[in-house]
Amino acid sequence: MLNIDCPWCGKRHETEFRYGGEAHIARPEDPAKLDDAEWAEFLFMRTNTKGYFAERWLHSHGCRRWFNVIRHTVTHEIVGSYKMGEKPPKLPKSAGGAK
Amino acid sequence: MTQAFRTTSGGRIDRKKAITFTFNGKPYIGYEGDTLASALLANGVHLLGRSFKYHRPRGIVAAGAEEPNSMVQLGEGATTEPNIRATQISLYDGLTASSVNVWPNVEFDISAINGLFAKIMTAGFYNKTFMWPRSMWMKLYEPVIRRAAGWGKAPTQQDPDIYDHMHLHVEVMIVGGGPAGLMAALAAGRAGARVLLVDEQSEFGGSLLSRKRQIGAKDEAGWIAEMVAELEAMPDVTLLSRSTAFGYYDHNYLCVLEQKTDHLPAAERVGKVRQRVWHVRAGQVVLATGAHERPLVFADNDRPGIMLAGSVQTYVNRYGVLPGKKMALFTNNDAAYEAAIDLQAAGGDVVAIIDCRSEVSGELVDAARALDIEILAGHAITGTCGGKRVESVEVRAIQKGAKVYTSAARQIKCDLVAMSGGWSPVVHLFSQSQGQLEYDEEKACFLPGTPRQAQQVAGALAGEFTLKDCLAGGYKAGADAARATGFTPKRKPAAPEIDEPDLSGIEPFWIVPGSRPIGEGMAKHFVDLQNDTTAADIELAVREGFESVEHIKRYTLTGFGTDQGKTSNINALAILSGILDKPIPKVGTTTFRPPYTPVSYGALAGRNLGDWSDPVRVTSIHDWHVENGALFENVGQWKRPWYFPKAGETMQDALNRECLAVRSGVGVLDASTLGKIDIRGPDAAEFLNRIYTNAWAKLGIGRVRYGLMCHEDGMVFDDGTTARLAEDRFLMTTTTGGAAGVLDWLEEYLQTEWPELKVYCNSVTEQWATVSIAGPKAGAVLKKLAPDMDLSQENFPFLSFKEGVVAGIDARVFRISFTGELTYEINVPWTCGRVLWEAVMEAGAEFDITPYGTESMHILRAEKGFIIVGQETDGTTTPQDLGMDWIVSKKKPDFIGKRSFTRSDTARADRKQLVGLLTDKPDDVLPEGAQLVFIPHSPKPMPMAGHVTSSYYSATLGRSIALALVKGGHDRMGQKIFAPLEGKTVTAEIVDPVFYDKEGERLNG
Repeated sequence: MLNIDCPWCGKRHETEFRYGGEAHIARPEDPAKLDDAEWAEFLFMRTNTKGYFAERWLHSHGCRRWFNVIRHTVTHEIVGSYKMGEKPPKLPKSAGGAK
Repeated sequence: MTQAFRTTSGGRIDRKKAITFTFNGKPYIGYEGDTLASALLANGVHLLGRSFKYHRPRGIVAAGAEEPNSMVQLGEGATTEPNIRATQISLYDGLTASSVNVWPNVEFDISAINGLFAKIMTAGFYNKTFMWPRSMWMKLYEPVIRRAAGWGKAPTQQDPDIYDHMHLHVEVMIVGGGPAGLMAALAAGRAGARVLLVDEQSEFGGSLLSRKRQIGAKDEAGWIAEMVAELEAMPDVTLLSRSTAFGYYDHNYLCVLEQKTDHLPAAERVGKVRQRVWHVRAGQVVLATGAHERPLVFADNDRPGIMLAGSVQTYVNRYGVLPGKKMALFTNNDAAYEAAIDLQAAGGDVVAIIDCRSEVSGELVDAARALDIEILAGHAITGTCGGKRVESVEVRAIQKGAKVYTSAARQIKCDLVAMSGGWSPVVHLFSQSQGQLEYDEEKACFLPGTPRQAQQVAGALAGEFTLKDCLAGGYKAGADAARATGFTPKRKPAAPEIDEPDLSGIEPFWIVPGSRPIGEGMAKHFVDLQNDTTAADIELAVREGFESVEHIKRYTLTGFGTDQGKTSNINALAILSGILDKPIPKVGTTTFRPPYTPVSYGALAGRNLGDWSDPVRVTSIHDWHVENGALFENVGQWKRPWYFPKAGETMQDALNRECLAVRSGVGVLDASTLGKIDIRGPDAAEFLNRIYTNAWAKLGIGRVRYGLMCHEDGMVFDDGTTARLAEDRFLMTTTTGGAAGVLDWLEEYLQTEWPELKVYCNSVTEQWATVSIAGPKAGAVLKKLAPDMDLSQENFPFLSFKEGVVAGIDARVFRISFTGELTYEINVPWTCGRVLWEAVMEAGAEFDITPYGTESMHILRAEKGFIIVGQETDGTTTPQDLGMDWIVSKKKPDFIGKRSFTRSDTARADRKQLVGLLTDKPDDVLPEGAQLVFIPHSPKPMPMAGHVTSSYYSATLGRSIALALVKGGHDRMGQKIFAPLEGKTVTAEIVDPVFYDKEGERLNG
């Protein structure tokens, strides 16, 4: 059970949160200008990172705010969390993950 | 019964408190402080059960959680529990237990004949034997195998016991209350941290409960008592004994099972919580989980009376029991000699020490020699005799590294064999916490490597096998943990003088040679006693092409079962390493997963049972529905009236009556459960414009509009009506089940994509009770309740709302319709719901107003071809698929989902599209979910054409109707389609989904 640091409420159990997938994927300003391949890239493609990963969480059973978290997808180490619109913290070098 | 194997003095049992218990129907006596295993051994009972596959007689091997064999069925009736280790059952007055996996009884077991077919019951036996014919599975293989290879029986009644859960936050959690764990708790506690110390045993002390040691001025018992007393006096230290940390999860979250009453007689358990699951979040965790002894792997090493040496020592010193009177010790290390010395001191006789090392020397070896015990260095046990108890061992001189023996045998009579292959640190929780293991050649065991979480390791787990190292290592781990959580440890206490022999000598020895190499001949060198896996099985698995330790585990079953291979895993992979000729670290270990020891479902469920398993939501009118005989349907967590049967009515009778009342008179529905979201802010209209597929900017104040919401992929995910209450304020309604998801969706876009929009949302579902009156007489009913409200068509048209007083209550009345009839939805403050409902019933009495439920609502809307999200849609359905192009704006430059409508996939002509179906026979009601085909009776697999989404008998139309999603359905009007059902094929015509009042004339009454 992850211990997630909500930027507004502090550390809380994972069960208070809802996962929101990869962070920093902005909805295109003008979707009509994108061709099918570009639109599909936005709609379906995610990086599936092994290592440090910026992802979105919603404190759904708390303050109901969305925010971003840097988590290592193998070790679950959480480097930090930051509010929507803020710049992500500098990532540590990926240790390469578990075998 | 006398306790013929009880020593005359000593042990941590209370000889003044005799306890009566029953095993396999026979009464026995034990003492307080005994486990079921120690009490049975005191009575000379070794044969406890039969093995999993071969039904060989099996007895007690160990003294704790690592026990592979001695599982019993504990208790009777509703509270019976299968497969509990006798070594972990504290004895209590009135305990009853019986053997598992025996039929008809443990002394005479019919399935023991399996032993004769042992040659075919090798690794992968199940995979190979019972594949064909498949029909035999249910009839023969399954029931017979279940009986032959099952273990205990699950209770058939509901568990009457009480379980609960507790949550705890501490700075330092310590797992294991042996010498290292106690010292860690002392260091962290003295530093001022909040500390939790858990230990699975009935009392703290760990290995010191089994070994005699002088620590400074105290003996081991005195030292433990002093430590526990100091810890108990600390206000921020919590001590939990009989508490197993069974799972180590992410970010130092651990689960602990505390057994609160399992050691008490039945009468003392009444009304008490039986077990408690602690959910602990710790700043730092100190693992001091100790070590388990490994068996040695030799031919017929599974007979009752063959035990681990350290466990023999535990029975002698802790329980005052001689597990046998003539013991042969078989070892590859010095530490095991102490078991022989202690047994001899307690009155037993050690007939020989068989040591596979060719050179033996050291303090303990000398001590054994001084007791005139015969020591056979460079020897091994190569076989054993005895039926239900070991009677003798066959001993031979062996050559180091030899695959077979050539020397002559000597028989040594004995009634107990103690064996020791060295000690394996209990790395289970460390591994669960994602820590990697490292193999230590010198200590011949896997040790914790670098931890992945905020964690310290101490004691035998860390390879600290001497008491001196345990005390120092434990204190350091506790101090480091306290420091890491912001506390300043006190000065380390002076190390006490410790009287302990040198235990360190060990030479790895993984398998005793046989007369033929492993895999040849009939000899059974058991590796995993619980799963009856032999060294030959591992060899066979390799021969058949398995190499990965994870595959070998699954093919041979090594390490499965209730003990999860605590005594077998390391031996198995060492033998595998020998066969593959790869070093042990290269072979690796299998994955350790929670739980460490089994946990009952009752404990996991805690109090979340029955009514408490999930919240139940009811409307403020609910009690009226109950009083008036409604049957209920679960919609999400809501209880909604399904229909209101009258005496003697079938369900269909009731539905027919309810539907006809709405079409010809007036019906009333409790619609309070619909989601309601108050949306406010200067940008609210712009926001709705982006969320819904249709246009919202120009909606007038006081007007209502229906809308569809899609995800970015263009698929419909909710619908409902939204009213404009003011320039900057809207009231949105959602489906009952979708309310929370829609609010999440709105907030997600406001916070993450369009933070510049000034809008906020608030759920008001439970602020407004909603009573919907529908039918040609609805206006007449409302007129009586709201005489001042202008209900004229000009001033209160369809898709508008009014505020006013209804039945004396301030209300909002909406003219919307889900039935196709004239409908008023009256919203009043939640608590006034029932008052309004009763006023409506009274006012409507003269029109025979009829309450109706969700099922009639579904029929009425299906007659009109209105969709239900989640029934006509399944997350792959676009508005166009539903024939609802009219609600998709062509003018708006963008809204969520728009771009996806022109993707090649959403633009396909052969997508499944919503149509109506009329069966050729009007009384045929298609089953919902039925698959549809264009060509009946074609060869299987038939090409699928779609499926039925809704299907009812319509009393209004006097026939069945159905809605369906059909490939290219919009262009197939008038065509026939077929539903191949069990035993018949139903033919239907594809029609427009609006079955009734296509012109919509009934909306105005």
